[in-house]
Parts: sequence; C-alpha cells; structure tokens
Amino acid sequence: MIWVSQILQGVLLGGYYALIACGLSFMFGVMRIINLAHGDLAVLAGFLVWFIAGQTGINPFLALALVIPLMAALGWVLQRTMLERSLRAGELVPLLSTFGLAIVIENLLFEQFGADTRSLAPYIGGLSYDSLTIGGQIYLSYLGIIIFAVAVAILGGLHFFLGHTNLGRAIRATAEDIDTAELVGINSRAVYAAAAAIALATVAVGGAALGMRATFAPYAGPAQLIFAFEAVVIGGLGSLWGTLAGGIALGVAQNIGATINTHGFLIAGHVVFLAFLALRPFLTSLNAKGRIKALLRRAA
Amino acid sequence: MSLLTIDRLEARHGLLTAVREVSLALKEGETLALVGANGAGKTTLMRAIAGAHKPAGGRILLDSTDVTHTPAHRRVAMGIALVPEGRRLFPGMTVEENLLVAGAVGRPGPWRVETVLDAFPMLKKRLKARAGTLSGGEQQATAIGRALMTNPLVLLLDEVSLGLAPIAVDQVYHSLAGLIGSGTTILLVEQDLARAFGVATRIACMLEGRIVLEGLAQDMTREQVTAAYFGLGRGNGSGGGQGSGQDGGKGHHQP
Repeated sequence: MIWVSQILQGVLLGGYYALIACGLSFMFGVMRIINLAHGDLAVLAGFLVWFIAGQTGINPFLALALVIPLMAALGWVLQRTMLERSLRAGELVPLLSTFGLAIVIENLLFEQFGADTRSLAPYIGGLSYDSLTIGGQIYLSYLGIIIFAVAVAILGGLHFFLGHTNLGRAIRATAEDIDTAELVGINSRAVYAAAAAIALATVAVGGAALGMRATFAPYAGPAQLIFAFEAVVIGGLGSLWGTLAGGIALGVAQNIGATINTHGFLIAGHVVFLAFLALRPFLTSLNAKGRIKALLRRAA
Repeated sequence: MSLLTIDRLEARHGLLTAVREVSLALKEGETLALVGANGAGKTTLMRAIAGAHKPAGGRILLDSTDVTHTPAHRRVAMGIALVPEGRRLFPGMTVEENLLVAGAVGRPGPWRVETVLDAFPMLKKRLKARAGTLSGGEQQATAIGRALMTNPLVLLLDEVSLGLAPIAVDQVYHSLAGLIGSGTTILLVEQDLARAFGVATRIACMLEGRIVLEGLAQDMTREQVTAAYFGLGRGNGSGGGQGSGQDGGKGHHQP
C-alpha cells in the first residue's frame, strides 16, 4: 500500500512540476528561448503574492488574481526590452541574458525581503494540511489535488488556445517560420510579446503553488528551474502534454526513490532525467521508424 | 493610375546588388510575368515588394501610398500578398489552419476558406491534413490559397511551378487562369516562357538585376524574350525598354 500511496503522491507532485514547467516549455516551444530566470520569476511571483496577502490581509488566491496580470505585463516588457534584443544577437545570447536576469531578481529579492524563508501556508488555513483519505491508508492532500487539477487545466487550456484561436494559430505559425508568418500578415513582435506574457502568467500560478505547498526564499529559484527543466526535457522540449508526462515521471521517480532510501528523493529524479537524456536518441529514432512505416502504409 | 509602382528599386545581399534601379508599374487587373535566369534578381525583387527584404534604395508605392519602409505584416494588411518560392507552408499545421492563420488579418473581400476550396477543389479532402504531408501540387495550392485568404489587391507569385510534376503544374495554372479571369492583379515569376506567355498580359525580362525587356505579351516573340533572357545582343542597345511601364510597353528594345 505504501507503494500505491507513494506513486499517487508522485503523480500529484508531478502536477506541480508540470505547472512550474509549462511556462518554460511554452517559451522554448514558441521562441526557442531557454529562460534561465524561470525559477526566479516563479519565486518573484511567490513573493508578490505573499507580500500582497500579508499587507492587505486578502486571501492569497485573490492576491494571485492580481499577480497574474502583473507577471504577464512583466513578460511583455521583458520580451520587448530584453529577450527580443538578445534573440537578434544569436540563439545563445538569451541564455546569458536570462542568466543575468536571474541574478538580478535573486539579489533584488534578497535586498527587499531578506534571507528569511517564507511560505503562503499560514494564509490558506487548513488547506495546507487537509487531506483526502482513501481506504484508511492513502492520504492525498487537497492542495496537491488542486495544484494537479490547475496544472491540467492550464496545459489543456493552452493546448486549446493554440489550436483554436487566431492568436494561438499565429503563435504556432510564428514558432514554425517567423519570416513566412510576417508574409501572411502576422506581427511577429507582438505575437512573441503575447507569448512571453502568457508564459509569465503561468509562472505566476506556479510561484503561488510553490508558496502554498512549501517554502521559498530569495535564492530558491534555481532549484525550481532544475525540476522544471527536467520535466520539460523528459517530456520532450516544447510539447505541452509531454511536459505533464515529464513532470509526473519526475515526481513518481523522486517519491519511489525516497521510499527505497530516505536520501533517494533527489537522486532518483536526476537518474531518471539522465536516463531519458541518454535514451532519447534511441526513442526518437524508434519513433522515426514508426513514422516511415506509416508513410509507406499510406503510399501502398 | 497604377495599383503597384516600383520606382528605381535597389536591393542588396551584402555587397552583391541583386536588384538594380528596377522600375515597374502594375495596373489593376493586369498580370505581369517576370522572367529571367537564376540569379537575375527576380526573387529578391518579389521579396522586397512584399517587405521581406529591406531595399537599399528606391520606392514602392501601393495605390500611391509609399510602403517602402512598411513592415511585411502591415503590407499584407494593406493588400500585398506573396506566395514565396518553395511554398513555405507551416508544416506542422493543417491545411485549414494554414488558411485561417492568414485570414486573421481581417481585410474584407471574397476570399474565405470555402471560396479557396472552390478555387482549389483538390484541397477539400486534405483540409485536416498537416501541410507537411501534402504532395507538391497540394502544397502549392495551399500556399496560393493562404495568400488569397488575405484578400490581396496585388498577388505576388514566385515560381509556382518550381519542383512540381507537370500534371500538378497544369492543375495550378488551371486554377490561376480562374484567378486571372476574375480580375486579380498578379505579378508572377515564371521560368517557363510558354507558361508566361500563356497567362500574362505583360512580360518583363530581368538580367543581372535589371529589367532589360518589357512589353505587352502579344507584341513580343519568344525569340526576343530568349535573347533578352540570355543577354544576347547587348552590344546594340540594351536597356532600351527599362522602366517603361506606362503606355502599353512599346518601348522594348529589339535585340
């Protein structure tokens, strides 16, 4: 029973990883930018929610509703002032500029809020520890279930948005061929800025989830970035549902690792990530063979 | 009054000048075929008109509005659409999505997904197929349909027959004949002289970045165009027809 419980906990944890990772995946999929400041932006959003909730006494979910448009606006500004210029300078330059941004955010947070570890748990009352009991032996936290559901809703919403709206189609067209997108009337600069805004809106939700389920401090960003990055790589770069699968694979691996040995949590996650990385060439070539077969079948 | 006016346009690739002081004028409803050897500057000229290549000098006027420095996506909204060389569809998107993404520009006009399908019936059964899985002819039809979805005033077609099977070229030109008949203003690049003579009201021949021969298709012979195409007889009066798009193009030179 402990195994079933641990796997279920892992799936829920995977939902959190997918939530954190979806902005990273989206930005890479659309703009080919690997945003190294992703984790720090999530922590920044966590601090904003924490600050607003603490100062005004409003519910952190309500505070999040304020922070989402704030972060979206920040995404738009970052794209227009920094990422766009970096992209023009070459595909590796955004790595450097977002790395610099990460350092700036971390130190500004440290300067403003100090080194103390914070959490949103005090503001959400019983939700931080209440759980659902299954068969008397499996406990699933309500918060974990909510976060998982939100992750699925956001990924599903993004998926629908990309497939069925004008802006979504314009984003995909720009991601595939920016030069041709301009030739069919798409303002690629505006599309990129919108995509960055959407990515950071999801980061805001991820940051709030981080603050509610655990603790955070000014330098907590890079650890979140690593988990998000691993989820994205396991699931396949730029693929939204793949990100969910990757997050779940990572969460389950970590929980199984922790069950085998109390020190196994992080190691098991990293091992699964490295195994995927090593096996990916074989997995994709298998996939390619399948595709060729399908083509031959159609031709026959 | 010309719908599209190119005035002494210059375009470069680094140090190489690909288009040299080209002047052209396109009246509404006209079909002008641009012919010339590889490297003559045809594609660069088309891309400069569409806004995908920044010109080094000269002017481009659409309906007497200067669009020389207007970004490509705004030119589409103003009524210039390019079907690029090599088709350049969005391969991961379906045929329908390729059409819809261009239709979102919002220019009013007759072209919708349904009317494009009427013009290119071969696309009806492939509407939900990814563009990357289409045959060459289907891809070309989708690329032309995608440009039409923006309801252009001027349609620029760059080498629509390139890399297509002869039967597919026939299909594409059959559909084009319908477009031309409906009064769409078209500037097309075509390597095949017989095709160019078949569809165009006027023909312009480019050589080394310049227009060396231009005139009404009915007043020209294939021999004249071939001579200009290869730059034969340039010693005796080349460039005589350059930039004379005004009065029926009688000013073309005799090689």
